[in-house]
Amino acid sequence: MFAKGIRESLERTRNQVFGRIITFLGQNDLTQETFDELEAMLIQADLGTNLADDLVAGLEVRAEREGIVRADGLRKALRQELRRRLGDPPPLDLSARPAVILLVGVNGSGKTTTAAKLARYLLDQRRSVMFAAGDTFRAAAVEQLQIWGQRLNVPVIAGQPNADPGAVAHDAVMAAKNRDSHVLIVDTAGRLQTKYNLMEELKKVRGVIAKAQPGAPHETLLVLDATTGQNALSQAKAFKDAVHLTGVVLAKLDGSAKGGMAFAIGSELGVPIRYVGTGERVEDFAAFVPDRFIEGLLE
Amino acid sequence: MFQNLSSKLQTTFDNLARRGKLSEADVDLALREVRLALLEADVHFSVVKSFLDRVRARAVGAEVSRALNPAQQVVKIVNEELVATLGEPGRLNLKGPQPRVVMLVGLQGSGKTTMAAKLAKKLRDQGERVMLVAADLQRPAAVLQLQTLGQAVDVPVFATQATPVEVAGQAVAAGEKQGKTVVIVDTAGRLQIDDALMNELIAIRERTKPVEVLLVADAMTGQEAVRIAEGFHKQVGLTGLILTKIDGDARGGAAISMRTVTGVPIKFLGVGEKTDAVETFDPGRLASRILGMGDILGLIEKAEATLDRENAQQAAEKLVSGQFTLEDFLTQLKEVRKMGPIGQLLGMIPGLSGPKMQIDEQAAEQQFKRTEAIIHSMTLRERRSPEVLNGSRKRRIAAGSGTTVYDVNQLVKQFKDMQKMIKQLGNRKGIPGLPRFR
Ligand SMILES: Nc1nc2c(ncn2[C@@H]2O[C@H](COP(=O)(O)OP(=O)(O)O)[C@@H](O)[C@H]2O)c(=O)[nH]1
Ligand SMILES: Nc1nc2c(ncn2[C@@H]2O[C@H](COP(=O)(O)OP(=O)(O)O)[C@@H](O)[C@H]2O)c(=O)[nH]1
Ligand SMILES: [Mg+2]
Ligand SMILES: [Mg+2]
Repeated sequence: MFAKGIRESLERTRNQVFGRIITFLGQNDLTQETFDELEAMLIQADLGTNLADDLVAGLEVRAEREGIVRADGLRKALRQELRRRLGDPPPLDLSARPAVILLVGVNGSGKTTTAAKLARYLLDQRRSVMFAAGDTFRAAAVEQLQIWGQRLNVPVIAGQPNADPGAVAHDAVMAAKNRDSHVLIVDTAGRLQTKYNLMEELKKVRGVIAKAQPGAPHETLLVLDATTGQNALSQAKAFKDAVHLTGVVLAKLDGSAKGGMAFAIGSELGVPIRYVGTGERVEDFAAFVPDRFIEGLLE
Repeated sequence: MFQNLSSKLQTTFDNLARRGKLSEADVDLALREVRLALLEADVHFSVVKSFLDRVRARAVGAEVSRALNPAQQVVKIVNEELVATLGEPGRLNLKGPQPRVVMLVGLQGSGKTTMAAKLAKKLRDQGERVMLVAADLQRPAAVLQLQTLGQAVDVPVFATQATPVEVAGQAVAAGEKQGKTVVIVDTAGRLQIDDALMNELIAIRERTKPVEVLLVADAMTGQEAVRIAEGFHKQVGLTGLILTKIDGDARGGAAISMRTVTGVPIKFLGVGEKTDAVETFDPGRLASRILGMGDILGLIEKAEATLDRENAQQAAEKLVSGQFTLEDFLTQLKEVRKMGPIGQLLGMIPGLSGPKMQIDEQAAEQQFKRTEAIIHSMTLRERRSPEVLNGSRKRRIAAGSGTTVYDVNQLVKQFKDMQKMIKQLGNRKGIPGLPRFR
């Protein structure tokens, strides 16, 4: 009964919202409604109520202080406010040899695919790459990485099924040293950030890597599904506390989701977005460009 | 920010008379908090709007019952409406000619393959003759993943080199020949905006005539849940929803969004990575989780399974009578710790859940240990009547437990607060909107 009515109202709200946003980005005079619509848009892009409210409140103040009366003036201010919260992502730290990149995240977020994409990205820069198959838990996870290894001609260090992931990581660092590889990419099993034992296991893997090569892992990237809502912040926080994240890879940005949680992660936790995944193929990968990301959000 | 809806509303309504009718202003005031709670839980913006309209229509002018205060009354209505929106749990439709085809669809990485294995096991255990079909030829090693899982749950997996539509078609024919009663088709992940791949799903549906087309969606999904569900439903025609990874701390508001735009029932929840981690869903529990009231029932269930029943009974009686001592407290602490990592438990307690109240597991464990150590360093008498604790006793206890007098004071204060609170609780008839302890 209600499904149809709501679908229609959804349709209507959406048209209204996006219709007005277009006006908002245009030349209309500012009204209280402009700010309401703006807040609605930010929430629908998964920025979260806190941040959306902060941004809108900030813009209200700026509009008054700077005498912004037209919506297109506000557009510039919004862009600046969003931009300010993303910072400038640094390039990967690949100064060590091997440079170790640890990929972590919840189940199914895109870690293994990101390992392949990163490898291809680095191979294109004429660096030699190796994989460590640190997901010894999920069915056929090792084989999935091995298939990528074959396609990319990247050696894969793997253990037996259900092997200790720490042992695999250790062997892989040793192998990467022996072969004088530029980069070692360590894939890990997906884990929900609330699982105590699994987070402890991840800390151990990191510890083993650090012991096998002082200074490693040089990068620890959280692979985050762009369709994730407010839980993304909880993920980033927990993984940051457990293994000192150096950045986030925002995967699956080719979907319809805007990935607005990136702002909260950037501004509240200070963890920068470094790369984006935009498809299932290895080439669907790029460095994170804040301005382009904001463009996508406002389009 | 968002702690506990009930307590927030309580403050909102503190100045309000206890009885009478709910005015529009009262309701709007309360619904502001509810709106934030739902948005924080990832319910879609527009869905929240229409939901609140329904609640408002019911709440304004409603008689505040004698047993409740206005805040509780609003929470009750919100909760009821939420439960109604979530709907009754759907059962798997296994009618029609055999083999009945069940098709799993969804975005990449949402948990389709894992759920295929879980359902296969469940149905096999119910006496069905089940076949799994590997129709994901996209993701590397997806076929092997299903084969490995199939082996683990002892269900045969149909796989062959052909297009996904062809694989599914051949599988159903083979299933029929082999006398299978259920065929579960695992499909590749896809975006609802990918026309080519959506057409492939339509072709599989037309070829295999499934009795069930289930959307497998991640409980952590944000605002996009609406468009995902709508996209799959309009193009392929869904018969049910499955929410996975609900074992984490996501509030799961996506369930409301998806239910609202599709109108199809929620059939299962994925609660872990293992092949038996599947549950039928309970609207009351999911509603209180989305509202941020914590999964109280879940905690009770868990506690019942683990706690020594007699112990629990005794403790409960003492609790209510206010004779609960530090000694009992210690016993309870130990029982609670048997139930699993503290963070997971705390996450189920109302007021402690929600994304903003992330529990620092390590700190919680340490706190736990400290509390234990302090009580251990007390004499029996001190444990039973903390009033005897004077300065020198406290110094002794602090030294014995490796803590400070401040820590000891804190513990005693918290314990007394708890005693007081429990006494009050015992005098009430139960907290509306929350399940009653039995
Ligand atoms: N559309 C899309 N799919 C992706 C992207 N990255 C990964 N995937 C898919 O998401 C699913 C899970 O990815 P996987 O790398 O196995 O995740 P893991 O469990 O974290 O290792 C697979 O079906 C991938 O093909 C992306 O950027 N876009
Ligand atoms: N914690 C948890 N993990 C799950 C659940 N369901 C699936 N997973 C994990 O999520 C990841 C993706 O699952 P998979 O079945 O491969 O997803 P698919 O790409 O949709 O087929 C795997 O690591 C699974 O083990 C669940 O209910 N809870
Ligand atoms: Mg993986
Ligand atoms: Mg799959």
